[in-house]
Amino acid sequence: MALSGLDIFKLLPKTNCGDCAVPTCLAFAMKLAQKKAELSECPHASDEAKATLGAAGTPPIRLVKIGGANALEVGNETVMFRHEKTFFHQTGIAIELRSSDGTESNRVKIQAMENLTVERVGEQLTADLFFVTFDSENGEVFLDTLTVIKELSTKGVILNCQDLTVLKQGLEILKENRPAIYCEAKPAEKIYSLAKTFEASLVLTARSFEDLEARSNAAVTADLNALILNLEAAGFGKKLQHNTLLRRSALQQNFKPFGYPLLTRIKGATPVEILAEASLQICKYGSIVVLPEYDQALLYTLFTLRQTIYTDPQKPIQVDPKVYAIGDPTPDSPVFVTTNFSLTYFMVSGEIENSGVSAHLVVTDAEGQSVLTAWAAGKFDGEKIAKFIKDIQFEQQVKTRKIIIPGLVAQISGDLEESLPGWEVIVGCQEASDIPSFIKSVELT
Amino acid sequence: MAFEIPRETNTGSIAEITLGATSEQGGTRSHTLTLGGSSSLPFHFFEGEQPHPPVVAMEVFDSVPTKYPEPLLDYYRDVIDNPGEMAKKCVEEYGAELISVRLEGTHPEKGNKSVDEAVEIVQKVLSSVSVPLIFTGPSHFEKNNEVMKKVCEVTAGENCLINYVETDNYKTIAAACIAYGHTLVAQSPIDVNLAKQLNILLTDMNFPADKIVMDPLTGTLGYGLEYTYSIMERIRTDGLAGDKMLAFPMLVTPGYESFNVKEARAPQKDYPDWGDLAQRGIYWETATAVSLLVAGAELLILYHPQSVEIIKSKIAEIFAAEGGE
Ligand code: B12
Ligand code: SF4
Repeated sequence: MALSGLDIFKLLPKTNCGDCAVPTCLAFAMKLAQKKAELSECPHASDEAKATLGAAGTPPIRLVKIGGANALEVGNETVMFRHEKTFFHQTGIAIELRSSDGTESNRVKIQAMENLTVERVGEQLTADLFFVTFDSENGEVFLDTLTVIKELSTKGVILNCQDLTVLKQGLEILKENRPAIYCEAKPAEKIYSLAKTFEASLVLTARSFEDLEARSNAAVTADLNALILNLEAAGFGKKLQHNTLLRRSALQQNFKPFGYPLLTRIKGATPVEILAEASLQICKYGSIVVLPEYDQALLYTLFTLRQTIYTDPQKPIQVDPKVYAIGDPTPDSPVFVTTNFSLTYFMVSGEIENSGVSAHLVVTDAEGQSVLTAWAAGKFDGEKIAKFIKDIQFEQQVKTRKIIIPGLVAQISGDLEESLPGWEVIVGCQEASDIPSFIKSVELT
Repeated sequence: MAFEIPRETNTGSIAEITLGATSEQGGTRSHTLTLGGSSSLPFHFFEGEQPHPPVVAMEVFDSVPTKYPEPLLDYYRDVIDNPGEMAKKCVEEYGAELISVRLEGTHPEKGNKSVDEAVEIVQKVLSSVSVPLIFTGPSHFEKNNEVMKKVCEVTAGENCLINYVETDNYKTIAAACIAYGHTLVAQSPIDVNLAKQLNILLTDMNFPADKIVMDPLTGTLGYGLEYTYSIMERIRTDGLAGDKMLAFPMLVTPGYESFNVKEARAPQKDYPDWGDLAQRGIYWETATAVSLLVAGAELLILYHPQSVEIIKSKIAEIFAAEGGE
């Protein structure tokens, strides 16, 4: 049953105390109605509110956090297709570390993971979690690896350790760090109490829908609700089908046992196969993928795919329309113009920077569209560009009277010259990557 | 409450399109390939049919592409300027199920090869391999019409896939396809309505509805993939919901698009965080291909032998396990 924000508001204390991290009860009610919050976040909710809101008070797919200060949040998705709204919490990428590899080898990987952040269209992309597997004789390397993680990294950890004594020691090391416990089989009772004590989330593994349902119910009965589901399946098609059915049953049937994020351990005979399997998970509902190896090109590809799938389809990533200084431009420096689509802006500004020339980059308001798209939609033509330059009074800021336009819109040069008297228009190269050589080949100012 | 599989059924299904023609059918291909026919979203065997697995084509060229990256060239150095031999290598060594011949060298600004030269290449490929063929014309309206009309004529009866027409330029080539028995690619710029409109224009001129393949236009990973991905999901959902003018198999071009972008060409020394260049190109193409495969692509034109291998093996894996849960 869907309750409106106002219906929910009537049930709240109306004190606006802010303990829910939202300024007012009304705002909190709105978030509840959109399933972006849980009733349990309001410590003052009455029993009546709890009873009435019940299922309506929890989102169909729970939000689960792994980690301390820099926690990964997964789950709380609301649609099957990104075009229906958007996907919210992007797939967490975990790298597996094995105790059998030795502490030193693990340290190298941990450091590499920690150092790896790649910028892409203005966003910092990075891997999120360590998945640490206990597969050696004694617990020493496993525990040392956790200590190294704690020392070097703020990323979250998933513990894959079937030895309960060692697991407990591991949890001690990571306390206050909200790790996750990976259960390979049906969890022992003891695991539930460990999870509770250390506020750890539980990854439940099963090989059939029935077992998964039973395990999910058992954990909830044990009063745990930070769960992550791992339905193991053989084959690419089965994985796609399983993930689809789990997401569907959670969203469309409000089937509580499956209302949790999904984890998959990626297996593959070759790196390309690993890439293919992980790509499937990113597109189709995987909340966490565990990669067996650290491979930089593979990570960069997955980061980009993840950014792609989790971009809000309603608003392209864009930058503010204004004049950007590249290097240290003076009023005599060259002037380039482009659109405010992030990708376009970052490619062009990056290449001007590479050329070593200081310049003004005029970024017009093209509603976040690429050069040709904006041109085809009438948002990047001679008149529009001239109007933008006049509106921001750019002519008063520079002495340069030459403006370089993207080669792909050579056809607007006449129009622009007409609309911008006193300026000479230079048609640039078509590709940003040719900008450095283009700059050398023409008189820019 | 116990779990029950949440099935969805659709009223529509995707058109079945056959490519190629054997000698009984008036062509010279050793076999034909059929696309489409599904009654549910890709690989949802638990709620519908998907009689034909998606297929993988590889591409050869009338003139060596200026941007063909080194790591890719390593596989083709000996044959890159010999489309017949390259086609053979793609089929025999790398498992291409179709060959696409890109005739961009006929573009007035990219070599301006003559119609006769194009025809010669077409015939070479036709005789060197026996798989069904795709011919891709130059991105120039007049020259495209001129070249492709002739290509249609000299391959009469082969039921080739003629790539492509768009809303502003479809009549000449569509008419040639009807006259010589070919299948046609209808391309539109990542837009459901424009895609539908073009299909309506084609069927209005009596173009047979079992001879259309849609190209929703591929934006590769990092360069518009999000748009292509979602438009394809929308086209497929609408098609299955009963919109016949969107219920055609879809073609995508991850190879051409992926190996054209910086990520497939920039050396690691310039971008240390991007990782190894040779691997990166394969990954870029494979990630694009996987995502478009799950979004509904039935025909993928790929470039790298390793991408071809993995995509084919994943498709085989899916269909080997058919029957669903
Ligand atoms: C993704 C995409 C879209 C997305 C929008 C993405 C966005 N945010 O802009 C969507 C789906 C929304 C879209 C819509 C449309 N699109 Co569109 N789209 C594309 C696509 C596939 C990629 C565009 C892209 O992201 N390029 C990457 C960016 C980085 O490129 P760029 O901005 O041009 O920048 C490069 C260069 O220009 C250069 N550069 C940039 N600035 C500068 C400055 C200087 C000084 C220099 C020297 C160089 C330089 O550097 C960059 C890197 O090399 C292209 C086809 C293609 N493969 O190019 C079609 C394309 C641009 N679209 C096209 C069309 C027709 C449209 C629509 C009108 C049709 C429609 N679908 O309704 C609409 C218009 C939008 C609207 N109605 O408001 C046509 C344009 C045709 C033409 N030649 O005019 C194209 C070419 C497709 C085609 N072949 O038909 N599109
Ligand atoms: S914590 Fe509860 S009472 Fe306090 S503002 Fe939030 S909703 Fe209102």
